[in-house]
Amino acid sequence: MTLLIEPDYGTPAGKSLDIVEVEIDGVSVSIPSDTSIMRASALAGISIPKLCATDSLNAFGSCRLCVVEIDGRNGTPSSCTTPVSGGMKISTKSERLDRIRQGVMELYMSDHPEKCAAGDECEMHGMAKTVGLKEVRYEGQSHLDLPKDESNPYFTFDSTECIVCNRCVRACDEVQGTFALTIENRGFESRVSSSGTSFIESECVSCGACVQACPTGALTEKTLYTIGTPTRSVITTCAYCGVGCSFKAEMRGDELVRMVPYKDGGANEGHSCVKGRFAWGYATHEDRITTPMIREKITDPWKAVSWDHAIDYAATKLKALQSEFGIDSIGGITSSRCTNEEVFVVQKMIRAAFGNNNVDTCARVCHSPTGYGLSQTFGTSAGTQDFESVEHSDVVLLIGANPTAAHPVFASRLKQALRKGTKLIVVDPRQIELVRTPHIEASHHLQLLPGTNVAIINAMAHVIAEEGLIDRDFVNARCDLDSFARWEEFISLPENSPEALEASTRVPAEEVRKAARLYATVPNAAIYYGLGVTEHSQGSTMVMGIANLAMATGNIGRTGVGVNPLRGQNNVQGSCDMGSFPHELPGYRHISNPKTREIFEIQWKTVLNAKPGMRIPNMFDSAISGEFKGIYIQGEDIAQSDPNTSHVHAALRALDLVIVQDLFLNETSKFAHVFFPGTSFLEKDGTFTNAERRINRVRPVMASKTGKSEWEVTCDLAAAMGYEMGYENSAQIMDEIAATTPTFSGVSFAKLDELGSIQWPCNAEHPEGTPVMHIDHFVRGEGRFMVTPYVPTDEKATRKFPLLLTTGRILSQYNVGAQTRRTANVVWHSEDILDIHESDAELRGIEDGSWVKLSSRVGETIMKARITDQVPAGVVYTTFHFPESGANVITTDYSDWATNCPEYKVTAVEIAPSSKGPQAITEHASHGDVELESIIRMANQIAANVPTNTAPEHAVAHHIEQFWTPYMQERLMKEVDRAALSPIVIKALALDLNHVLS
Amino acid sequence: MLFTPWSSQAASAVLDATCEKPGPVLISLQALQNEFGYVPKEAVEMVAKACNVSRADVHGVLTFYHDLRTSPPPKNSVRICVAEACQSVGSRKLVEDAEKVFGTQMEESNDDIELKPVYCLGNCALGPSAMVDGELIGRATANDLHHLVKAKS
Repeated sequence: MTLLIEPDYGTPAGKSLDIVEVEIDGVSVSIPSDTSIMRASALAGISIPKLCATDSLNAFGSCRLCVVEIDGRNGTPSSCTTPVSGGMKISTKSERLDRIRQGVMELYMSDHPEKCAAGDECEMHGMAKTVGLKEVRYEGQSHLDLPKDESNPYFTFDSTECIVCNRCVRACDEVQGTFALTIENRGFESRVSSSGTSFIESECVSCGACVQACPTGALTEKTLYTIGTPTRSVITTCAYCGVGCSFKAEMRGDELVRMVPYKDGGANEGHSCVKGRFAWGYATHEDRITTPMIREKITDPWKAVSWDHAIDYAATKLKALQSEFGIDSIGGITSSRCTNEEVFVVQKMIRAAFGNNNVDTCARVCHSPTGYGLSQTFGTSAGTQDFESVEHSDVVLLIGANPTAAHPVFASRLKQALRKGTKLIVVDPRQIELVRTPHIEASHHLQLLPGTNVAIINAMAHVIAEEGLIDRDFVNARCDLDSFARWEEFISLPENSPEALEASTRVPAEEVRKAARLYATVPNAAIYYGLGVTEHSQGSTMVMGIANLAMATGNIGRTGVGVNPLRGQNNVQGSCDMGSFPHELPGYRHISNPKTREIFEIQWKTVLNAKPGMRIPNMFDSAISGEFKGIYIQGEDIAQSDPNTSHVHAALRALDLVIVQDLFLNETSKFAHVFFPGTSFLEKDGTFTNAERRINRVRPVMASKTGKSEWEVTCDLAAAMGYEMGYENSAQIMDEIAATTPTFSGVSFAKLDELGSIQWPCNAEHPEGTPVMHIDHFVRGEGRFMVTPYVPTDEKATRKFPLLLTTGRILSQYNVGAQTRRTANVVWHSEDILDIHESDAELRGIEDGSWVKLSSRVGETIMKARITDQVPAGVVYTTFHFPESGANVITTDYSDWATNCPEYKVTAVEIAPSSKGPQAITEHASHGDVELESIIRMANQIAANVPTNTAPEHAVAHHIEQFWTPYMQERLMKEVDRAALSPIVIKALALDLNHVLS
Repeated sequence: MLFTPWSSQAASAVLDATCEKPGPVLISLQALQNEFGYVPKEAVEMVAKACNVSRADVHGVLTFYHDLRTSPPPKNSVRICVAEACQSVGSRKLVEDAEKVFGTQMEESNDDIELKPVYCLGNCALGPSAMVDGELIGRATANDLHHLVKAKS
């Protein structure tokens, strides 16, 4: 494609239902009555000269270039600020208008460089030609000697080219919502300013909205100067977070000049953040490994080999392990950073070529409780809304999510809604930015103690039940009434009242009551949540608690409401959809279902194992006990990202074969024997599915630097193990997904190219996809209420470890930092920092910026402290972006009872001043039969979390059968001392005896 | 004029009273200037926090109004109207005389005095007009201004 110039209609689209007809230069247009004359003209194909107007911003009327004449009216009003009205006759061209425009333009040009550095990028020069400006007669004072601000690593602010049109200031305010720019001084002295400091010292978050809005070369990407003007565009999808922004990758030859957010992108509608917009330089970083490598032992140096050699080596080793240690001794992990197609072939290889179900995904450690919780209640694992829906919410309940850092483009949309009057309730142990940030203030901040989510959601539901706020019409019409009756009885118990739970949550009961009333009494209330919900020992319970709350108040099944997990990674939704979990085939269908298996067995010409395979933590435990021997890891740095680093390292060390497929050598590859070089998103051809179930195309903008696509590597490995997949391109993989998975049956690359993006389900019933789910009925038929007892986590603050650590991520860095650490984003955040409250710091003699030792029962690490009131006393917080600090050395292997999602958000720790820097990481070794200990813990945890008002042993037996491997079931049955098990588990084992032994 | 010496504690007390009012940024900046004689740079962040706006928002307002100052004021401040009505009744002469009397130039200042132009004090019928430390004077002469400054210092 040549360079794509998107049309700019000057002002945003009108939304009125009142359609009027106007005549512009003799052309008739029918248009909503709140449309500007400028936009109406643009739609009629008549472009009116403009400088201060652009269609992402409200009309401003400052440049006076867009003046028009209207029949029967005096003067020359500006067309951007004047709305159309029925019967209006407008002329956009006349001698008088030409004279005005030329006069105005001449004044602008008298204080603008004759030739700007931005060349054709400068809309100004183009406009000067358009209005027919021939010469500039004025001389005198100008701003042409002002210095440039080069402080931002990605863009330049050159005040000499600035015409003070305010577009950047308005983009920062209206679109991004940061308000980092202003016009300083007045009159001739007026200048765009980032509050009187350089951009890097200002409040600017480097989202790029101002650069995009600038009509001159004043704000310009630096790459435009270093590489040159782009000549072609490719529409593709960002590979950072789960928002899934669409971008135009603007290329010059094979070189990427810049990523420009795409206005037609369904998720972002032309907006971006610092990561997607600017932090893509890692793709061509010199650390990229582009040749396959092997080694016999992890202490050997790597040896670069050919693809054939590496694949043959890996396949031979995998087969040898299986013949020596059994079919189940190998497995693999799919990556939520990879495309649907790449993930699909990995799980297919494991199920068909490895012949087992030992496939799991990194979603295990983030959103697996979403999968479990929403499946149990609604019938499918997915957010219910599109992002646009938030603009129609009266209240947003935000739980355990920090969108301004982790989902910035959604955060901007949310901020826009909040500034228009949507109310916000924040449930978070930390004072996240959205609690109070310029022009936004949450109505309630329920600042709970980490680990007490379920107590809060139960308390809110209790208030709703007690105060008669349940939407009985909705419940009666849409929900399973038996489950509702059980839930209502449970939630009304006095132990679930906010007063009773205040001691656990530390949130004043009255505040909980007010928040519950606010959520329950507005027409449209929506819940958005993040990993602060899922990464807990009761992650799944909390997701179900959220679903209960939405159903009880009728906040599901229309625009403006819903339950929305904010997905951490670009393709968490997709990797889960693609059957990456050990118990599920694509489309969330249990592996034990013979009908589902049959579909795949026919398609894949193989026989599938009906029993669930191992989850990631099971693989680690089993590796340490010596049963599990080989692993294929697609794009995930488990040695840094997974909890309890020493345990993970011990597991990796115990494996005979570790295959890593990645862009860079990382912490995990230190334990690897085979390295398959991966491809960056700029080289991939496929699809990502974002948090709103939107399937977006990822298009290659450059050839693979490794010579192969990642799906080809997987197919080659499968073939070398004796199983041919035979795809010619990734479109064929999507065709196979569509052929086997009902929710994807209408999806194809051709349709995606035609529609831009599709939100699944996309099938005969919804041929263009489904923006809002559960409209007339839930996916599972009736919505099911689940009883959600609050069970405090075993990870408690003790005398030895009196503080609770919670972890998260920051705007400029991304997860393990493999990408962002290799970009200029380190300017903003170059190390992990421990946030600590003043009182806790003072008690321990810790100063702001000093080194501290952070220790938990599993390990110790060292990082710098920052004293802040963003965390309450008793709670500390850090990020996990840097391997040097290795925050996960501290986190434990405690996990969600239902899904084993790690409890990253709660670790009991102690902090002490340290004289040394971060080289002093200490890992505590694991002892004993780790696997058996995990089995006991998991079984008891399940028993503690299932509802007790029906036969709990049935629920426990069913759960174990659904999610545990036969081997783990057998160990539980035969090897565990009954005295270590809770009575419910013992009862369940008696029930399940015949089944397990059969 | 006598002002409270700047301290962030005293500033917090001022802002507590202003931040809840409608259009709080300008009101807060004026209140700070009334209290301390000026709005130091470090107040920008305080005002931003108190009013829940950005630092840039505050910076924009602070630099827009010539009346707001970011450095401590001299002992006395003299403003002379140089708008059209006063010009027509002799304010140019008044400026010249005042510069001589006070020994300083328009738009310059020292620890003791500053001379600043102002564009209309709303006292056109009695021009030329001037203002000494906030006190309005009509039919002003340089001597009047000088006496008043002496009386005030």
